[in-house]
Amino acid sequence: MKARITVTLKPGVLDPQGKAIEGALRSLSIEGVKGVRQGKVFDIEIDGEDRSGARAMLSEACERLLANTIVENYAIEIV
Amino acid sequence: MKAAVILFPGSNRERDVARALRHATGQEPAVIWHGDHDLPRGTDLVVLPGGFSYGDYLRCGAIAARAPIMRAVARHASRGGLTLGICNGFQILCEAGLLPGVLMRNDRRRFICKMQQVRVENAATSFTRGYAPGQVVKFAIAHGEGNFEADDETLRAIEGNGQTAFRYCSAAGDVDRASNPNGSENNIAGVLNERFNVLGLMPHPENLIDPQTGGIDGRPLFAALAA
Repeated sequence: MKARITVTLKPGVLDPQGKAIEGALRSLSIEGVKGVRQGKVFDIEIDGEDRSGARAMLSEACERLLANTIVENYAIEIV
Repeated sequence: MKAAVILFPGSNRERDVARALRHATGQEPAVIWHGDHDLPRGTDLVVLPGGFSYGDYLRCGAIAARAPIMRAVARHASRGGLTLGICNGFQILCEAGLLPGVLMRNDRRRFICKMQQVRVENAATSFTRGYAPGQVVKFAIAHGEGNFEADDETLRAIEGNGQTAFRYCSAAGDVDRASNPNGSENNIAGVLNERFNVLGLMPHPENLIDPQTGGIDGRPLFAALAA
């Protein structure tokens, strides 16, 4: 079983990297970009086929390590 | 004063800290590997030095904060033991939940390496009692992610309890936008826990102990710890 965890900055948290990327897109003359927020993606392989158990395990992984919930949100997708 | 300096893969200021402690206490601090599970018996002070632990992977300090030795550091802090985190050490203490808030990327996106004035906001702690309240001191800063952020409620608690140890300021002591090098909320450069036995700061007082290398404004911090 595989899962994808997406960690994003909470709305309102300043994202200097996103701003820099936004500026670089503009310098490439890529038009129409209103804003960029950078996040992280973790692709995780999971033992077994217990989806609800996997979801609980991944939530714990996010809470304890993968996200800093002071400034980041996370989303878990089991595929 | 029995001090222990924690060494993580990628720490690089541990010798500077050891030198400052040796200068202040006359004793060599123990250097403890991150994979160890215990601090030396009778440790009074734990220092987490600056550097780039684990190459800043995931988030600055995030991996180091989960290292085996950090459970012993948390026990030490919960017993009231003095714990000091400098630069990356500050990031590690925040990630470990031993200090409030988080250090984000500098708002102007640049790594900053320069001398910086800070104002002593709370001079009544074990770390800062060598300074006068409101004293302006010169430390060195060298970081890319020193932008201290906390939610409004946490920030109110920090300010209300006197947990702000140092604030970035001008040479004249003015705390304003122009003297804020990295975008930190309320110009916070160093923060204490609620019990005032854990301090994290982005500036490097350990590099200001010798007049030949920029000044001696860091000495009172180590002298206070040694006393």
